[in-house]
Amino acid sequence: MNQVSLELKGGKSYALIGPNGSGKTTLIKSMLGLVVPTTGNILFENVSILNNWKYREKIGYMPQIGRYPENMRIGQLFEMMKNIRKGNPKVDEELIDAFKLYKIFDKPMHALSGGTRQKVSAALAFLFHAPVLILDEPTAGLDPVSVEILKEKIIHEKRMGKLLVITSHILSDLDEIATEMVYMFEGRVQYSNSIETLKRETNESKLNKAIATLIRQRELLESVTE
Amino acid sequence: MTRIIKYVFYDILRTRFIIFYTAFLLICTFAFFQLDGDFGKVVLSLMNVVLMAVPLVSVVFTTIHFFNSYEFIELMLAQPVNRKVVFLSEYLAVASSLCLAFVAGVGFPFILYGAWQPISTLMMTGIFLTLVFVSLAFFASVLTRDKAKAIGIALLFWFYFSLIYDGLLLWVIYSFSDYPLEKLTLTLIAFNPIDLARIIMLLQLDISALMGYTGAFYKNFFGSNLGILFSGSLLTLWVLWPILFAIRIFNKKDL
Repeated sequence: MNQVSLELKGGKSYALIGPNGSGKTTLIKSMLGLVVPTTGNILFENVSILNNWKYREKIGYMPQIGRYPENMRIGQLFEMMKNIRKGNPKVDEELIDAFKLYKIFDKPMHALSGGTRQKVSAALAFLFHAPVLILDEPTAGLDPVSVEILKEKIIHEKRMGKLLVITSHILSDLDEIATEMVYMFEGRVQYSNSIETLKRETNESKLNKAIATLIRQRELLESVTE
Repeated sequence: MTRIIKYVFYDILRTRFIIFYTAFLLICTFAFFQLDGDFGKVVLSLMNVVLMAVPLVSVVFTTIHFFNSYEFIELMLAQPVNRKVVFLSEYLAVASSLCLAFVAGVGFPFILYGAWQPISTLMMTGIFLTLVFVSLAFFASVLTRDKAKAIGIALLFWFYFSLIYDGLLLWVIYSFSDYPLEKLTLTLIAFNPIDLARIIMLLQLDISALMGYTGAFYKNFFGSNLGILFSGSLLTLWVLWPILFAIRIFNKKDL
């Protein structure tokens, strides 16, 4: 990634968009401290996150590919996470109920399908009432019913004034959820503004069309300047 | 930290490898007792097991465990947990379970045969060697993302310290046999934890007389309190430097 400068404000929901390999997941991982930037800094509530870890109490993270200890059972995994994050006494088990995960609590992680794994990831991300939610491709691999459940949950959390960062390639999903858009391309932030403004600028009513127009405009500009 | 150690322990116990390792040591020790009733000879036979098998098992088990718990480590690092704590918990859990297996496997038969005294040095050096090679294996594991490569590097450490280094040492002694080499070999030995352990044990067994003048020189040095302090602190250094470097690398590692 190269010269990324972004400011994310509480209460808003950001859609992180860009082609494959444009650095969306890397950006998210650096916010979590999983990837350490070689230069530059990341501030969370005005405190640098480098060599800091306490701030992660306020983040719920749903990874793109959830990797969990393979020989653990689902129930054990949830128990362990609650045990590790003891700072949050109240837990939000709404998604565990909605996805009916308690029925398969004794299944080991290696026996899970991709979709069920995704459900576990989602339930874990929302478990601790974190004020910041980072969701990396939350709806990928889920069945339509579960997608709706998850979307409802996300919209509900958004109404509660949480900061949301979501990446997805399914733009129609983002249209309902996100209010701001960050467009990344080859490791740089190319565009960052509210979706309303974007739609107005491009004279489109749908997010996917607006983005397509935006990309075309950019390409045209680049070919002219070259 | 104790919470994470608990989960790592739980994971180690489930693989049952540690139980096999303990059983292997138990069988070895009992077998040596069957062969010979003399405690000194049992200790001498066990010494060879300790010098070869313990580092090898420590190195292989640690690297495999580290890469098998990669998912766990990844999961923990996205949580409000300090990186250092996660890494140290892994280290402490692996090192202590291997040490426990060693102490139980070798110590139990000796207690049964009522011979606690002669094995205190054996226990000490065994534990030290376990710690040193667990450290080296963690160091090898953070150097690369590839499991096979990491095991290769870790095995190279073992190979180097248990075979290659001795070959080089012999070559030096042989080629420069016309010169007084006592001080030089003493220094060179400090660079190999297995040699250090071997000499500490040989001197405890009182067979240093077999080694001629050099043996007497070593006995003079390593037998004294200063020598024990010297070799003990050297082995501690051997435990510390790889794990400290590993923590430094791990702190900056991308996952």
